[in-house]
Amino acid sequence: MYQVRLWTNRHARAMERLYNIFNPIILRLLRGTSKIFGHSLDKPVTLIEKATKSLFFDCQMCGNCVLSKTGMSCPMNCPKTIRNGPCGGVRANGMCEVKPKMRCVWVDAWEGSAKMKYGDEIKQVQFSVDHRQSGLSSWLKAARDE
Amino acid sequence: MNKVQDIVHPGDSVRILPGHVSHGRFERVLRAGHFAVTTEIAPPDSCDPEEVLKRARVFDGYVDAINATDGSGAHCHMSSLAVCAILTRFGYSPIIQISCRDRNRIAIQGDLLGAAALGVCNALSLTGDDVTAGDHPDAKPVFDLDSVSLLQTLKILRDEKRFLSGRPLESAPDLFLGSTINPFVPPVRNRVDQLAKKIEAGAQYIQSQYCFDIEMLKSFMKRAVDDGLTQNCFILIGVGVLASARTARWLRENVPGVHIPDIIISRLEGAEDQKTEGRNICVELMQQIKEIVGVSGIHVMAYRQEKYVAEVVRKSGVLAGRQPWAFNRLENDLRNK
Ligand code: SF4
Repeated sequence: MYQVRLWTNRHARAMERLYNIFNPIILRLLRGTSKIFGHSLDKPVTLIEKATKSLFFDCQMCGNCVLSKTGMSCPMNCPKTIRNGPCGGVRANGMCEVKPKMRCVWVDAWEGSAKMKYGDEIKQVQFSVDHRQSGLSSWLKAARDE
Repeated sequence: MNKVQDIVHPGDSVRILPGHVSHGRFERVLRAGHFAVTTEIAPPDSCDPEEVLKRARVFDGYVDAINATDGSGAHCHMSSLAVCAILTRFGYSPIIQISCRDRNRIAIQGDLLGAAALGVCNALSLTGDDVTAGDHPDAKPVFDLDSVSLLQTLKILRDEKRFLSGRPLESAPDLFLGSTINPFVPPVRNRVDQLAKKIEAGAQYIQSQYCFDIEMLKSFMKRAVDDGLTQNCFILIGVGVLASARTARWLRENVPGVHIPDIIISRLEGAEDQKTEGRNICVELMQQIKEIVGVSGIHVMAYRQEKYVAEVVRKSGVLAGRQPWAFNRLENDLRNK
């Protein structure tokens, strides 16, 4: 939802704090359940992740989540799916070149990052998404990669 | 018939200095500390190579490199790769523009190997306009990479001599890598951060979007210089030749990312001959830009005004008496050998 997404971006600092509290808890939980149930809970976990992140960030389930490094603004909502934005076409009023009614995702990303404690992470170069991960859970990936 | 090895490298007349990555004349001119001039060729809507050559020859003796645009404005034209291949045959120094809009990482890497094989020494990485901006709005936008990850990809091909997948190359493309920057649109504050990211990803030169606002440019360049970014990267600033106040307004309203202050438009409106005034503005901007610390050159974008590029470059005096390579001169040199 566009309005909610703008709200979470405006409150990037608070979202970051929530993220830093909940992320380790979620990951620990998932690591535990993964050990016991293997892959059998992947579907519901993915659905929960999708529901939460869609509500707050208009998540597109790219499976390569970088929200904490992009000012809590999901780069997959950029019509060009730029991972190191913005492009050079941003309108003077900060709106998107392609969708004039939408704020440029990357203008929001830099603004959100400026509010965050670890906002400088936006300066790291991100490589493009691995399209094989599309639709898969970033939470499960993070829990199992560790 | 000439052997493939006999292809003239466009840089042969300028000395190679330490730190070079390409054979190209463009890189040599920059590394020699000259103020470089580049421009853009509009690829034809035809398959006639003569047409490409004709369009390039109007720049002879006034530019150090020519960008071959890649479906600019999301309109279909002759491909950038083909234009470059035609130009290298005649000794020109083209810059192949690669937009992320139309090709995925497999196609792009293949094209770049091909470009290097055909004598192209410079590549410019762009995200590209969205398909909705052009004449095929129903096309599928690709955007598999973005301009920064494309730079990373090219750097891997060149420096690590491998594809993204890890598969090794037998020979690596010696390309001088560049990208674009637009310091004139939001988030203005972060455009310097973005420049830093592009340099980290592999950009060795930058060509900026049209500059019509010297004050904005000055503050951008100051921050770039303070952050040490101009030590590892040559910055070329884009300038445009405006045909009239109407075109200026149209550009500002319809072309994404073009910032033209009102003062420029009212100056055009007040002029007796708007066309001449447009060129005067361009000349003045070039002179002012050359004085800014950290700027290494000018990129003249004169769509449908290509015939004036030589004139504005000459009048501005930015070449300071230096004469870039010209088609005829090379022919004469060869004959005299
Ligand atoms: S203006 Fe912003 S959101 Fe729109 S395409 Fe460019 S970077 Fe993406």
